[in-house]
Amino acid sequence: MADTQSKELKVREKQEVTSPAEQTSPGLVFTPAVDIFETDKEITLLADMPGVKAGDLTIDLRDNTLTLSADIAPVENAEEDDILVEYETGRYYRQFTLGELINQENIDAQLNHGVLRLALPKVEKATPKKITVKTG
Amino acid sequence: MIYRRLFNVPTYTFRSPWEELDRMRRQLIHMFEDSSQQPLSAGVFPLMNLTEDKDNYYVRAELPGVIGEELNIQVTGRNLTISGERKIAVEEEGARYHRREREAGTFSRMIALPGEVDSNTVEASLENGILCIIVPKAEIAKPKQITVKS
Repeated sequence: MADTQSKELKVREKQEVTSPAEQTSPGLVFTPAVDIFETDKEITLLADMPGVKAGDLTIDLRDNTLTLSADIAPVENAEEDDILVEYETGRYYRQFTLGELINQENIDAQLNHGVLRLALPKVEKATPKKITVKTG
Repeated sequence: MIYRRLFNVPTYTFRSPWEELDRMRRQLIHMFEDSSQQPLSAGVFPLMNLTEDKDNYYVRAELPGVIGEELNIQVTGRNLTISGERKIAVEEEGARYHRREREAGTFSRMIALPGEVDSNTVEASLENGILCIIVPKAEIAKPKQITVKS
């Protein structure tokens, strides 16, 4: 069966942000699930943000703090009546502190099928250089 | 559901004063879910929202990172079955993970629609990670406007 190849997905409720800061606009705010990994050259961040269009996403990096925030447009028409509501929709917000210096000019962000892929290249200085000691 | 019919709660307005009450009601239902035999939320991935208007049922689910070709959607009678797999690409070797919250795996879910449907013209779209299936109601399930003659 499929179990041997890949596990079955379990329901995970969307995590609501209690208070990222003072809210100035009404509505719910959720924390997107992320994967973060690092290679010698860059840090890559993947975030699940269903319903977000590229134009509604704001990525901000200053003072080693990376902020992701995104608005979503409502998908339902006004005439629709709810029958069953299992999940809520709302904005996304999440902040990260980066330990490494990031080359701000070469940051690359792509949004595909509701998943953000953010590549943060490290500044040249931070990439480990191997120094060989010569014997003379 | 009875609340909705009685008070006609507005459906998609962020500023609605009923929104918070509605959420509380759902949270209460969630709390009692464990003990009751028939929970409101099926607790099966993916979570779904079901809405209706005069002509159609709308089934929506959040499936970020899922491609349309990997989804299998079937309608049998008034039952809608959605199954598929969410894949997460393997990254290059030597990548050190700091966080791993996203999950990959298979899923399969059936949802029963509350009325008769016309299964010939079901439409499904997957946009920005949100699946939307539009299931037209069968003629007999559509509300008929009745005019009163004087």
